[in-house]
Amino acid sequence: MEIRWEVFLMIAGASIVTFIPRIVPLVLLSRIRIPDWGMTWLKYVPIAVMAALVGQELFLENGKPALFPPGPELYAALPTIAVALLTRSLLATVVAGMISMMLLRALLG
Amino acid sequence: MQENHPSAEKAEEIGRDSFLQGAKDCLPTLLGYLSIGFAAGVVGKTSGLGIAEIALMSVMIYAGSAQFIAAGMVAANGSIAVIVFTVFIVNLRHLLLSAALSPYFRHLTPVKNMLIGALLTDETFGVAIQRATDANRIGERWMHGLNLTAYLNWIAATLAGAFLGRWIANPEKFGLDFALSAMFIGLLVLQLTSRKNLAIDLIVAVSAILIVAGASMAFSANVGVIIAALIASTIGMAVEKWK
Repeated sequence: MEIRWEVFLMIAGASIVTFIPRIVPLVLLSRIRIPDWGMTWLKYVPIAVMAALVGQELFLENGKPALFPPGPELYAALPTIAVALLTRSLLATVVAGMISMMLLRALLG
Repeated sequence: MQENHPSAEKAEEIGRDSFLQGAKDCLPTLLGYLSIGFAAGVVGKTSGLGIAEIALMSVMIYAGSAQFIAAGMVAANGSIAVIVFTVFIVNLRHLLLSAALSPYFRHLTPVKNMLIGALLTDETFGVAIQRATDANRIGERWMHGLNLTAYLNWIAATLAGAFLGRWIANPEKFGLDFALSAMFIGLLVLQLTSRKNLAIDLIVAVSAILIVAGASMAFSANVGVIIAALIASTIGMAVEKWK
């Protein structure tokens, strides 16, 4: 149960570069008035980030595009999306995704 | 009756903005955190990190992708400077999340904003921005409830993974690896269905997916996410302005 010095330095450095991007916009932008075009732009950031993360999870394999053949993730995504649309519940969506993936793996062996 | 109204509304508003309500609203993300945190703990252990080092990582870094990368690079004997720089690139996307939330916390002081931003993640952002769709501000207590619940769950999950990981040979079998993807899908669908401009939102979402696939051929996937988010948001702004 000890912490090596170089591992501590790595963790400390990584925590600083994780902390700064998290706080700087919140601390600064809440003080400054953002122009209208900026607010419009910010309005689309959540959709863009979430879609990019979904795209990264579903369409990339080891960081490279992989559509042919489609992986099990893509098939598991379909019932997951359906459950999200029907229930509007994040928990139900996560459970549906995991069950879909579990069944797919069991079927595909 | 008339004079009871304001106080009843206020009581409801306080209940809605309470720490406990924030903690409750975090619950749907817990499964996702548990599985990813568990996996991060397993990876940390197999990379040769000790329990205390894994715990310190979760407490100080608190970012799944960063912790996976750090553990992997420690195992590969990467230099501290390279690991820290890679973590920086991966976490640059938090700039966008933090900026997108900032309009809803304008009523707070910079120090309070710093405390809120310190525990910001993809998931807590998703839940918070969801709540922001029908309000022009987000309650401070509610946000702390959401953030702290997610944070403690993350630390517990990585520790559980570090302790128990050796007995779970095949986490994929239980669909654990898909929990994170399912959560992002849920957050995206909830966003899309709760807003007014579905046409532009769909253009933005499809652009982001195409750009992340394209950009990942030239850059790493994490840089791809940042590029996709920046360009797709700009497309959304441009379409709205010149439509």
